[in-house]
Amino acid sequence: MDIVTPGFRGRRRERDRALPPGQYLAEDFPVLSAGPTPRVRPEGWRFTIETETGETHAWTWAEFLALPAETPRVDIHCVTRWSKLDTEWRGVALDTLLAGVDTAADFVMAHSFDGYTTNVPLEDLLDGQSWIAYEYDGEPLDSEHGGPARLLVPHLYFWKSAKWVRGLTLSHADEPGFWESSGYHHYGDPWREQRYQGD
Amino acid sequence: MGRLDWRVARLAGHRDETPTARTLLLDVPGWPGHLAGQHVDVRLTAQDGYRAERPYSLAAPSGGDRVELTVQRIGDGEVSPFLTEEMRIGDPFELRGPIGGWFVWRPADPAPVLLIAGGSGIVPLRAMLRAREEVGSRAPFRLIYSVRTPEDVYYADELRTPRPGVDVRLVYTRKAPDGARTAPGRLGLAELNSHGWPAEFAPNCFVCGPTGFVETVADLLLALGHDARRVRTERFGPA
Ligand SMILES: Cc1cc2nc3c(=O)[nH]c(=O)nc-3n(C[C@H](O)[C@H](O)[C@H](O)COP(=O)(O)OP(=O)(O)OC[C@H]3O[C@@H](n4cnc5c(N)ncnc54)[C@H](O)[C@@H]3O)c2cc1C
Repeated sequence: MDIVTPGFRGRRRERDRALPPGQYLAEDFPVLSAGPTPRVRPEGWRFTIETETGETHAWTWAEFLALPAETPRVDIHCVTRWSKLDTEWRGVALDTLLAGVDTAADFVMAHSFDGYTTNVPLEDLLDGQSWIAYEYDGEPLDSEHGGPARLLVPHLYFWKSAKWVRGLTLSHADEPGFWESSGYHHYGDPWREQRYQGD
Repeated sequence: MGRLDWRVARLAGHRDETPTARTLLLDVPGWPGHLAGQHVDVRLTAQDGYRAERPYSLAAPSGGDRVELTVQRIGDGEVSPFLTEEMRIGDPFELRGPIGGWFVWRPADPAPVLLIAGGSGIVPLRAMLRAREEVGSRAPFRLIYSVRTPEDVYYADELRTPRPGVDVRLVYTRKAPDGARTAPGRLGLAELNSHGWPAEFAPNCFVCGPTGFVETVADLLLALGHDARRVRTERFGPA
């Protein structure tokens, strides 16, 4: 169906790279969250990975900062239609965190300090595809954008990159998280425009 | 037709709320209905196939094939100046929805409600006020609405004479009306304390507006003891 709206021309902006369908380029860094911004202090921060057998691996803030870090430069795409190119982060790759974890699980639920959850297949977190990020643009990640640390999975819509992340649970079953239970797509690939269930 | 397929909407009428905001009355055949607080995605297509899409809140409760949006014109924007100034009666475009299942008021919920709007953030909250009225709900509502000047109030007639059980408090940040007893200023703790609900009443709080406004207000609500799980937010973008 191609419904042309008479008189609409749009403001095409110059750009050297294609964006996923339906997205536009944002200069600022908008904020999308379902509730208030939790203020989490590094002193009370713990990051925990729990496997399908109940085995847990946990890091304090100091232990976490001592892990080898990477500085990914990635494009991010929010389901509310803004995209931002070449954003710079610093964080620990999930490959590093999962290296010593024994699991046969296929699915992951990310949990945040405010109760937020989101589901991601485990294979989408591995092979240099995701990080727990604690710096943005050379500065400590501020709380509005998920600090002290957030999940960063840039190849999926940005709601999958859980802010204020506190841990991951691994399991055999693919359960929906917070937005996924209220009509958003289970997987969320921006290039296939998987915004909502059924897309 | 799936629930979230694109549908053709036609502009059936409009009403200017302020010099920079316009309510669009749309006919959307087959509209599946919605809850107050939900939004739609609007898609405009140019002659050569170029497209632009933006989210807009539903401004009124569900009512057949009629859908209302209220759009604030952003000076250098791509979509909002077109919707508020150029679109003519009868013009078609596409929309899909309803979207969002969290920032919604459910008519069966009797709990007190605190609505806090900054600027165009009033749009989905007005849908909640109208939904309350339509279903005859007795849930007590309070609205705190922050605007720059008296000329910036949307839905001014409705808000001047609220229904029984609804309190409306306007906060002016730049210019207060003549004869006002309080000087203009930002919405702060004192105002929220005297015109909101006490945290012990466990109200459902809905906060909507520019990102900075929502951040500030949500923080103040937590400082006043409101449970974070009862504070639902919708951030429209930069101020
Ligand atoms: C869930 C949701 C619901 C929304 N509901 C409404 C609604 O009911 N009514 C409404 O008017 N808007 C609403 N918005 C905002 C709307 O989607 C657009 O962002 C807005 O209309 C600007 O689009 P534009 O194409 O005109 O500007 P763009 O071309 O996208 O942006 C132009 C410039 O304006 C800035 N800008 C973008 N958005 C805003 C904003 N909201 N305020 C101030 N500056 C901005 C940009 O940073 C940019 O510099 C909603 C947004 C969300 C996420």
